[in-house]
Amino acid sequence: MIPRIGVVTFPGSLDDSDALRAVELAGLKPVPLWHGTDSVQGVDAVILPGGFSYGDYLRCGAIARFSPVMSEIIKRADAGMPLLGICNGFQILCEAHLLPGALTRNAGRTFVCTEQRLRVESIDTVWTNTYTPGQEITIVLKSGEGNYVADEETLRRIEGENQVVFRYVGNPNGSARDIAGVTNERGNVVGLMPHPEHNVEDLTGNTDGKPFFTSVQAFLARALG
Amino acid sequence: MADTVKNAAETPDVVQPWADLGLNPDEYARIRDILKRRPTASELAMYSVMWSEHCSYKSSKVHLRKFGELDQNTPRGPMLAGIGENAGVVDIGHGYAVTFKMESHNHPSYVEPYQGAATGVGGIVRDILAMGARPIGVMDPLRFGPIDGPDTPRVVEGIVAGVGGYGNCLGLPNIGGEVMFDRTYAGNPLVNALCVGVLKHEDLHLAHATGVGNQVILYGAATGGDGIGGVSVLASETFTEGGPTKRPSVQVGDPFMEKLLIECTLELFAEKLVVGIQDLGGGGLSCSTSELASAGDGGMRVELDRVPLRDPSLSPEEILMSESQERMMAVVEPGQVERFMEICRKWDVQATVVGEVTDDDRLVITWHGEVVVDVIPETVAADGPVYQRPYAYPAWMDRVHANDANKLPRDNSPVAITNQLLRLVAAPNLCDKSWVTRQYDRFVRGNSVLAQPEDAGMLRIDPKTNLGIALSTDCNSRMAYLNPYLGAQHALLEAYRNVAVTGAQPVAITDCLNFGSPEDPAIMWQFVEAILGLKDGCAALGLPVTGGNVSFYNQTGDTAILPTPTVGMLGVMDDVTLRIRSGFAETGDEVWLLGETREEMSGTVWADVFHNGHLGGMPPVLDFEHEQRLAAALQQAATQQTLSSAHDLADGGLAQALFESCQQGGFGVEVTLPQGAEPTVALFSESAGRVLVTVRAGASAALTALAKEHRLPLTRLGTVTAGGADATFRVAGLVDLPLSRLREAWQATLPAAMA
Repeated sequence: MIPRIGVVTFPGSLDDSDALRAVELAGLKPVPLWHGTDSVQGVDAVILPGGFSYGDYLRCGAIARFSPVMSEIIKRADAGMPLLGICNGFQILCEAHLLPGALTRNAGRTFVCTEQRLRVESIDTVWTNTYTPGQEITIVLKSGEGNYVADEETLRRIEGENQVVFRYVGNPNGSARDIAGVTNERGNVVGLMPHPEHNVEDLTGNTDGKPFFTSVQAFLARALG
Repeated sequence: MADTVKNAAETPDVVQPWADLGLNPDEYARIRDILKRRPTASELAMYSVMWSEHCSYKSSKVHLRKFGELDQNTPRGPMLAGIGENAGVVDIGHGYAVTFKMESHNHPSYVEPYQGAATGVGGIVRDILAMGARPIGVMDPLRFGPIDGPDTPRVVEGIVAGVGGYGNCLGLPNIGGEVMFDRTYAGNPLVNALCVGVLKHEDLHLAHATGVGNQVILYGAATGGDGIGGVSVLASETFTEGGPTKRPSVQVGDPFMEKLLIECTLELFAEKLVVGIQDLGGGGLSCSTSELASAGDGGMRVELDRVPLRDPSLSPEEILMSESQERMMAVVEPGQVERFMEICRKWDVQATVVGEVTDDDRLVITWHGEVVVDVIPETVAADGPVYQRPYAYPAWMDRVHANDANKLPRDNSPVAITNQLLRLVAAPNLCDKSWVTRQYDRFVRGNSVLAQPEDAGMLRIDPKTNLGIALSTDCNSRMAYLNPYLGAQHALLEAYRNVAVTGAQPVAITDCLNFGSPEDPAIMWQFVEAILGLKDGCAALGLPVTGGNVSFYNQTGDTAILPTPTVGMLGVMDDVTLRIRSGFAETGDEVWLLGETREEMSGTVWADVFHNGHLGGMPPVLDFEHEQRLAAALQQAATQQTLSSAHDLADGGLAQALFESCQQGGFGVEVTLPQGAEPTVALFSESAGRVLVTVRAGASAALTALAKEHRLPLTRLGTVTAGGADATFRVAGLVDLPLSRLREAWQATLPAAMA
């Protein structure tokens, strides 16, 4: 059976169609999910895409976190469902306390769009298990509020628990300890500021983002049997 | 208490503020003549807005009509909609059509750079949406005052952040544009915004109010007091130095609302709930009601008090003039209204029935039951004044032409050439623009096959067939100053070539014509010449003008901007996987030049940078037949995959093109200038019709055959050399520089100026 991957559209989501395409290119079944329903239609994994949900008003991700669909997603993620937050999706996951830390305004004050070098720090997650540890990849980064912050104790803890998944090579936004992406203790929830769904075709860039989708596929193949 | 039609008829002698609204005495008299009474305050507001330069094109109309004389077919077939609609629509095959248009938002962007630029993007995106298309990309040609000007960082930072802040939030890739500096743009920055959208043929929507009894629905944001008089006060007047700032006339944007409006509108289209549609931009409700009604087959009755307001104290005339953003007006069959409202609710978009289509030919607007507007809509929307502004060749042009840059001293010593190269790549108009483009999302939607710093942007339209489009916007306003007719053709041909080097077929243009005051006969002459140049050029290339925009009054006091007729060129690429890139691809590739280099130093960056802002002489000569052969050769080269790269030569000449092609992939280059060529001319002349190309080592036979077939001059220049930290930029006997030194110079300029 082909695993079904849901992609949530919030008001103001922008990269939802990109995430759906990336899922499809990986041979998985893309399922569009609407923020205003409380059903996730029995999907096997969920992606919260990039964009400016609710216009980033109040704080990035602060309103989307309370969308009707989120309570079901949070419940399932707590039970082990793979959940990936990209950019605004990462911000939503932090607001929902599914991931530690928070994202603040870039140190340089301006929006940054660049093809960013990253180092894979952990492959011990549902979304990164087909990378190799220490591998360097280039992924699109495009955000105004990508500066990762957390208190010292949290930073020490996530470093110790191997929860830092990606680090920037050449810090573009002031993130603490160059952190570009993190996971929860269980490794099923991953959030990152860069956009792997933009790096799945040579025609429009490179394919360094593809292993996200082969990773979840590999995990689900084992889990679903 | 509102000024009703009844009241207006009874009080003919009331003194009205027509002058403050930008009308002249004759225009006011004509309005009274049309109505056979004095206008009400609301009618006066509508006429003043719709008869403004910005909305009525009263100074440009007689000249713009010339574009209509062009063949209305593109090389791909008939245009599906042309000039006069919100945007032109071009058939690109496989059932797809593309609509694109460029507009200016210059004046607001000086007064309030962030909001001015942001709402400029918002406005053009709604124009594209109103055609029934999904907006899929934007481009922004920008012009600023001198890079070291005291006010320039404020204007640049604000405008760039505004373009990015709004466009990024809409999820539209920004795939190119221009950033230029010149002292004449101080106080008159140019923000030209292009948007492109895609639709299936059957989804085309037009701005017509038809069908008696159909409901008129206003949806989107509530109406506020922002932007009142934007077009009449801001866009249609010259700024006076030391005059009052006009901030209240600038609109404030909410891109999140616009994103909802886009998705909501596309869903309304998909369910075929829309009979006619119009966006609310410059001119606000005055424009949308009068244009919809005048283009339809009946009249329209609108209850203005139903319009949702952000500020309940607004008077009816203020509501009619407000340019609050993110609003659309749709005409909907009564039976479809409920479903229409349901979709709007899904997207949290406020929608209100404000009127209906009537069976007479009048536009009647009421305010709490009393009639405040009763006009024939055509008199507002279509029958505005038309001016034959006097124009005359200015005598000072003789002095400009006599001051030929070919006569300037040239130092061809290796030391001088090396130093000039280092300064050239760092010049404000040639330096690295990534300080700007880093603030724009060029990746969203996942179809950006090419984006800056390529010569043109390219978007995939259909993933099944790999059908795509290419787009470029160009204008060299220095050339346009030297000769507006030829300068406009330079803009046209540069855009044409930029599209062609990707391998795409150029098919149609839009334009954005930015000039000083039309009340100055010399400026009007520039404008008339530029239009003629574009028209003749398009006729020679077989391309239609699909629409465009005129921006006058870009001057502060007596100083007008350089004439800036910006051209946006659309190309079609049958298979985007065959696109040609502009950067060198591999060590050992052979470097060749297509086209001929002549001693043409006038208007060049070289004359500007090394001769104290020199601007004189005549622009380089143009050869339309050569350009068409060149484009045909490049299309063939893409299909046959003959070239490993192709890069247009433009500002900065061969030197800049060589550096840019090295820089993209970090490669080095080693070239030898042709026997007997003078180094300054060979490297810095800006002769038109030239393209730098590469082929794999030893694979030049196909290229020489191609050049022969298309009768193109072809010159071997040298070889791509190794990249990496040791990459070098060598011109035999003249230049031997580490690429890194050139790169550092190129990268340093803009960040230093903005720091």
